Amino acid sequence: MKRYLLLSDGTILTGESLGAKGASVGEVVFNTGMTGYQEILTDPSYSGQLVMLTYPLIGNYGINEDDEESDRIQVAGLIVKEACEIPSNWRATKSIHQYLDENGIIAIQGIDTRALTKSIRSAGVTMGVICDDIEEGQSRLSASAKYDDIDFVEVVTTQSSYKWGPAGKEPMSEPDDPQRLKLAVLDCGLKFNILRRFWRSGCRPIVFPSTATAEEILSWNPDGVLLSPGPGDPQRLDHVTKTVQGIVGKKPIFGICLGNQMLCQAVGGKTFKLKFGHRGGNHPVKDLSTGKVTITSQNHGYAVDPESLPPDLARVTQINVNDGTVEGIELIGCYAKSIQYHPEAAPGPWDSRPYFQEFTDQMRLFKR
Amino acid sequence: MRVLVVGSGPIVIGQAAEFDYAGTQACKSLREEGCEVILVNSNPATIMTDPNVSDRLYIEPLNVDFLERIIAKERPDALLPTLGGQTGLNLATELSDQGILEKYQVRVLGTPLSAIKKAEDRESFRELMKQIKEPVPESWIIRSEKDLEDVLDVVPYPCIVRPAYTLGGTGGGVAKTKSDLWEIGRKGLRLSMRSQIMVERSLLGWKEIEYEVMRDSKGTCITVCNMENFDPMGVHTGDSIVIAPSQTLSDLEYHMLRTASLKIIQSLGIEGGCNVQLAFNPESFDYYIIEVNPRVSRSSALASKATGYPIARVAAKIAIGKTLDEIENQVTGTTKACFEPALDYCVVKIPRWPFDKFVTGDRTLFTQMKATGEVMAIDRSFEAAFMKAIRGLEVRQKDLRHPKFQAMTDEDLEAAIIQPTDDRLWAIVDGLRRGWSDAKVNKLCKVDRWFLRKLQVLVNVEQSMINVCQQDNDAETTDIADVIKRAFLVGFPSPTIRSLMVTSTSSAEYAALVEQHIEEQKVLPVFKMVDTCAGEFESQTPYYYGTFESEGDKPLLASSAPTE
Repeated sequence: MKRYLLLSDGTILTGESLGAKGASVGEVVFNTGMTGYQEILTDPSYSGQLVMLTYPLIGNYGINEDDEESDRIQVAGLIVKEACEIPSNWRATKSIHQYLDENGIIAIQGIDTRALTKSIRSAGVTMGVICDDIEEGQSRLSASAKYDDIDFVEVVTTQSSYKWGPAGKEPMSEPDDPQRLKLAVLDCGLKFNILRRFWRSGCRPIVFPSTATAEEILSWNPDGVLLSPGPGDPQRLDHVTKTVQGIVGKKPIFGICLGNQMLCQAVGGKTFKLKFGHRGGNHPVKDLSTGKVTITSQNHGYAVDPESLPPDLARVTQINVNDGTVEGIELIGCYAKSIQYHPEAAPGPWDSRPYFQEFTDQMRLFKR
Repeated sequence: MRVLVVGSGPIVIGQAAEFDYAGTQACKSLREEGCEVILVNSNPATIMTDPNVSDRLYIEPLNVDFLERIIAKERPDALLPTLGGQTGLNLATELSDQGILEKYQVRVLGTPLSAIKKAEDRESFRELMKQIKEPVPESWIIRSEKDLEDVLDVVPYPCIVRPAYTLGGTGGGVAKTKSDLWEIGRKGLRLSMRSQIMVERSLLGWKEIEYEVMRDSKGTCITVCNMENFDPMGVHTGDSIVIAPSQTLSDLEYHMLRTASLKIIQSLGIEGGCNVQLAFNPESFDYYIIEVNPRVSRSSALASKATGYPIARVAAKIAIGKTLDEIENQVTGTTKACFEPALDYCVVKIPRWPFDKFVTGDRTLFTQMKATGEVMAIDRSFEAAFMKAIRGLEVRQKDLRHPKFQAMTDEDLEAAIIQPTDDRLWAIVDGLRRGWSDAKVNKLCKVDRWFLRKLQVLVNVEQSMINVCQQDNDAETTDIADVIKRAFLVGFPSPTIRSLMVTSTSSAEYAALVEQHIEEQKVLPVFKMVDTCAGEFESQTPYYYGTFESEGDKPLLASSAPTE
C-alpha cells in the first residue's frame, strides 16, 4: 500500500506502508549507523522525531528480547529504504514489521533515503509527517507544534523512582548493597544500557524522575549523580538546570548527552541547535588534554556554545574532529564532567566504555 | 626523507594487482608528504613502475642481493615494507635479519617487524591472544597414540586433524566422532614424518567475518569496514563471495567483533592497516580469531573500494608518523581520515576463477585460495548488487540460470550445493528454483538464510516474468510493465528479461509490448556517490555507482543514459 512522507517545505515523497496505519508528525532526522535500529527505535532521545536510517537494508537481524533501550518504542516514526520481512539471527523473535505493528508505530519504506539525507544536510532538519492520506497528513502537519516548542522530557521520564538490579527495574523498597556505590540517576530520557554498564562497574543505580529536586536526590545520600541523555531543546528545562545547580559541588557528577548540556546551563552556559545534528556511530572526538581521538556513538541536535561558558567555572575538554563542536566539558574546582556522546553505545562503538569505571572509581574516592 | 618501497613482483594467486594498487597509492601519498620515493619491482606490468609514480625506479629481481646493492647506492633513510604483500614483508625481514638495514642505517617505517613476526608466527600469536583474552580455536598437539587416547574425551566434535610435516596435508581430515578421531589420528601419526598431528576445533559452518582496521602511532584505532562472507568457514576468504558491510550481525555482535579486532591491533602495535578474520557461531555469541594480516592485503583493496576510504594512502602517511586526525579525508575534502566510513549501499564481491582456462582443474574450494581475480558491485539492495557482480564476472552466465545444474537430478544437485565450487551459487539458486526451502538449502550449504532468502526474491522475480509470458495474450499491459520494472530494480539485465518473457510461442504484439517496456525502463538509472559518510557531508570525489532510484548525485547529461 502506498504511504507518504510530507515535509514542511511542501515536498511529498511516496513510499510503501510499514508498521501501523494513520499519520504521525515529527522532526525528520537521519542516523548514519549501519546497525542498531532496535536500540534507536527505543531510545527516548528520539522522542518526537521521524528517524530516517541512511543504511538501506533495515531489519535484517530482526528484533530480539534483549536489545531494548527503554520500555517502549520512542520514535514518532521510521523512514527506511527497505525493511526486511524475514529476519535472520539466532536471537530474533520477530520482524521489524511485526514489532512496529504491535506497537502501533507508523513507518514508511521505499524512500530514496540518500536523496532525503542530502536535502536535510543542505536545508537542515525539518518537520514532517508520515501518512496514508495526503490531506490528513497536511492538516496534521500544519496543526502540530514545532519540535523545539514541545517538552519531551516530561513525556519520556519515569513517573516514579526505581532501583536497578541485575534483572532490571526493582522497587525502591529493595535494599541497597553496601558493596556497591549508590548512583543517583536523573532520568530525562534514560537508556537502559547506561544502567547496565554502571551496574557492571559496581554501582547500585537509583533512578529519579526529571522533576526530582536536588534535596530529594541528596536525601538518599548518593555517592554520585548521573545526568542522563534526553530529547528536545535543553533551554526548556529550567527546573532540571536548577536541580543540577543544587547538586554541583556536593556530589561527583557525570553527564551524558543532554547531561552535558544541563551541566553547561548549570554554570550559566548556553546551547544552540545544530543544522542537522550528529546521529550515528562514527563520530571522531578529540580529547584536548591527551590529543587522542576516539570513535563515538552520537545522537544530539543541540550543542554547547563554548563562548558562553564562564572561563572561571568550566572548560571544554573534548571537541568533534569533523566540525569542531563541543563534545565534553568539566567544571573547575569540583568533580563534574560530562560528554556529549554516548559511552553506553547501544548502538555504536564501545570505545568509550571506560567512562563508567572511571566515574565509579571517582565516586569511591569521593566517598572516602 | 628518502624512502625505499618494495613492490610485490610477479602476479601470483593470492598476490595480484591489489598490491600494485596499494603500492601506487602509497608512492603518491609519500611524495605528497615531500618524501623521495625509491621503488624496486621486477614486474613491468604495473602502474607503480610508471616513471611518474616514483622518483627513482629500479626494475630488478626482488631478493636480498639486489636490494642490498640498491640500498648501498641510494642510501635511503627508511624502508616501507608493509604495502608489497608478503614479498615485501619477507624481504624486509631478511634484510633486517642479515643486518643490512642496520649496516646502512635504514629504519623500517610503519608496523615494526617484531609486531609482524608476532602476528605471523602461529605460536607467538596464540600466546598473545591468550594474554589479551581473545579466543583462538582450541588445538592439541598429539605425539603418540597415548596422547591421542587422552584427548578423545576432551576435544569438541567435529574436529580437524592435521598431520605435521606431510606434503599437501595428506592424512588429515574431519573427525565427527571419537572413533573417527581414533582412526584418522592414528593414520596421521603414521604418515607424519615426525609422528606429530594437531587436532583442532572445527569451525565448519560458522560465519566468517572480517574487519579492516587501522591504527596510528598514537594508538588511535578505527575500523574502515567490516565484511561478511557469503560462504561460511571452510572456504578461503579469497575464494568466498563477500558482502560489505555485514548483513546478519546485530549491533551488539558487530561491535563485539569490532572491539576484539581493535584490541588485537592495539596489542600488536600495528602502525598502518591490518585485516582481522573471525569465525562467528551463528547460534551464539561465541567467536574465534582465525587470522590477522598485519599489513595492507587483498581485503584492504576491496575495503578501500567498497567504502571509498584509501587504506594504502592513509597507511603510508601513518608510516611516516602522521596521525589519523592529521590526515585529510580526500573523499569529502572537509573531514579527516580519523572516522569510520558509513555505507548507504550494499557491496558484493564475487571471486573470478581461471577454470575456463584450466578445464581439467579441480574446481572444489577449500582453505587454499584458487581465485585469480574478483569483481565488485555496488547497489542500494543486495539483489541488485549481486546481479551486477554476476554480470561483471565475464563468465558465460549473465544471470541466475545455469544449464549444468538445471539438468541435474535432485540428488546430484544436493551434492553440488554441499560442496563449495566456483559455480556453486548457481546450484544454490537452482535448489531454490526447485522449491526447496531456504531452511533445507541452508542445511546443505550453511550459507546464512538471509542471503538465501534474497536469492529467493530473485528466483521469484524470474518466475513472475515466466508467468506473464505464459499468460501472453491475456496479460495486462500494467502487469507487463510492473514485472519488467521490478526485474530491473532487482538487477536483471534486459537480455535476460527478454529471453525469459519472450519465447518462440509468444505473440508478436506481446513481444513488441515487452520490448517497449524494456526500452522505457532501462534509461532510468541514476548515479549515486560513494562518499564514505552516507551523505552526511558534501563530498568532492567523483566515484559513483548506478542504481534505479529517484535522484542521482551526478548531474546526468541527456545522452549519457547507460546502454547495454
